[in-house]
Amino acid sequence: MANIMIRRGDKGEYVFYLPKRDLEDTIVSMEFDTPEKWGGEIKLNNGGAYLIEPQAAPERLPYSVRAKRLDAAE
Amino acid sequence: MSNLTREETEALIAEVLEVYPEKAKKDREKHLAVNDQSVEQSKKCITSNRKSLPGVMTIRGCAYAGSKGVVWGPIKDMIHISHGPVGCGQYSRAGRRNYYVGTTGINTFGTMNFTSDFQEKDIVFGGDKKLAKLIEEIEGLFPLNKGISVQSECPIGLIGDDIEAVSKKAAAAFNKPVVPVRCEGFRGVSQSLGHHIANDAIRDWVFERDGKDAQAFEPSPYDVTIIGDYNIGGDAWSSRILLEEMGLRVIAQWSGDGTLAEMENTPKAKLNLLHCYRSMNYISRHMEEKYGIPWIEYNFFGPTKINESLRRIAAFFDDSIKAKCEEVIAKYQPMVDAVVAKYKPRLTGKRVMLYVGGLRPRHVIGSYEDLGMEVVGTGYEFGHNDDYDRTIKEMGNSTLLYDDVTGFEFEEFVKKVKPDLVGSGIKEKYIFQKMGIPFRQMHSWDYSGPYHGYDGFAIFARDMDMTLNNPCWHKLTPPWLKPAEEAEPMAKAA
Repeated sequence: MANIMIRRGDKGEYVFYLPKRDLEDTIVSMEFDTPEKWGGEIKLNNGGAYLIEPQAAPERLPYSVRAKRLDAAE
Repeated sequence: MSNLTREETEALIAEVLEVYPEKAKKDREKHLAVNDQSVEQSKKCITSNRKSLPGVMTIRGCAYAGSKGVVWGPIKDMIHISHGPVGCGQYSRAGRRNYYVGTTGINTFGTMNFTSDFQEKDIVFGGDKKLAKLIEEIEGLFPLNKGISVQSECPIGLIGDDIEAVSKKAAAAFNKPVVPVRCEGFRGVSQSLGHHIANDAIRDWVFERDGKDAQAFEPSPYDVTIIGDYNIGGDAWSSRILLEEMGLRVIAQWSGDGTLAEMENTPKAKLNLLHCYRSMNYISRHMEEKYGIPWIEYNFFGPTKINESLRRIAAFFDDSIKAKCEEVIAKYQPMVDAVVAKYKPRLTGKRVMLYVGGLRPRHVIGSYEDLGMEVVGTGYEFGHNDDYDRTIKEMGNSTLLYDDVTGFEFEEFVKKVKPDLVGSGIKEKYIFQKMGIPFRQMHSWDYSGPYHGYDGFAIFARDMDMTLNNPCWHKLTPPWLKPAEEAEPMAKAA
């Protein structure tokens, strides 16, 4: 489990940030992206994948959340 | 020498790596790359933020350098105790030229060195009592200090002193912030982690402090902050005037010429302007999440980038700011044109290699390009992948990228690429000058500056010209080693 921060990028896309690794990347896909259900499996531009426990969408971004690493891209 | 092609650059890297033992070679080749603008992700071509190899000369610093020297040190009205043996504080004292206004020793303490001067008995019996006494003495001798930070040196972590407890007790006793910073030098691989630790300490001990909102603050819709500008040679001042001329109100400077009150006010800003991404993105991200303050990166090196940045900043505000932004750009245009007209013919076509830290390996590229110069190699001492992501686009194709370059590699690259100018730190300066290559010390602007803003660009152009076209570079071969025909006119003249 890792603490990650999700924010909006310049073009309105989700940007993933992992403070521990200083890893910043755009999110290419998010499994659930509705106000009621948000999160699930997210895929990063670099090929990595993380799992955010599906939850209600945060009221405001950036938002820090615990995520599970499914597949790191190293 | 003309520019290298991609294959030639790759061959150069391979040639330089040749001398290393197998294991070291394998490790180092990941840190050296040929730039390719089509690469989206720097990690595909370069590895960064890894432990330096033992036995090679690295140019990196330590976590203490990142915290005390970079982030906390310039905050002028606080006293920063170098807690531990005397050397760390003394050898880094006042070297970074973070200018500030104030009376040193009375209400500002930037260039002074406060240390607990650890001795053997402090290592054996612990130094907490000494620290408590030291803070008490500081309060007696320098009553105008606004707060104290305790910057740990290596032994503090090794012997396990509880500086947090001492700090809390002192903070309660004197009703001032006393910030323990766990920036022991052995943490992390470079000063980069020190920046992170220092940012976290500000978050936990400055923003979260009780009673920090005691002073009145009247917000305005144009409040911005300058984050990650350390006022080296006055950089923050030459940036600040541009923002103020645009009609914005700069409520805080982090941390060059900055104060504790400014830091405490920062969460009330409308926009955080981030210059040094590497050292202060952490706190900007935190403020974005917690206080909803957006942040943008900007670049105040060279007119092209300044104009671009000013417009980007103005886009966050209403039309009056946008109009004033254009006025500011127009106002400085004649001055910039004059500088370019004077220096560009003297500098055009010259090639530069950089190796610095933080933001400069990519930020100053624009400055050089405005003068018609070209950056053919660049690298970070302690950059991470996100820095290289941002660098790839700024650099030309098939130029060299080197991460945490070793002394040997850097020398070999310079010998082969033969740049007209090298910009790096003081440890490299005399090596390259003795090799006959003009050199600028790009950490503290070679005792010149400021280089930010339009005014800074004029100084930058003058300095580069002064270095590159210095007549001394033609005098490196002594007369008796010169070929006869060259020595002839000299003999006649004598």
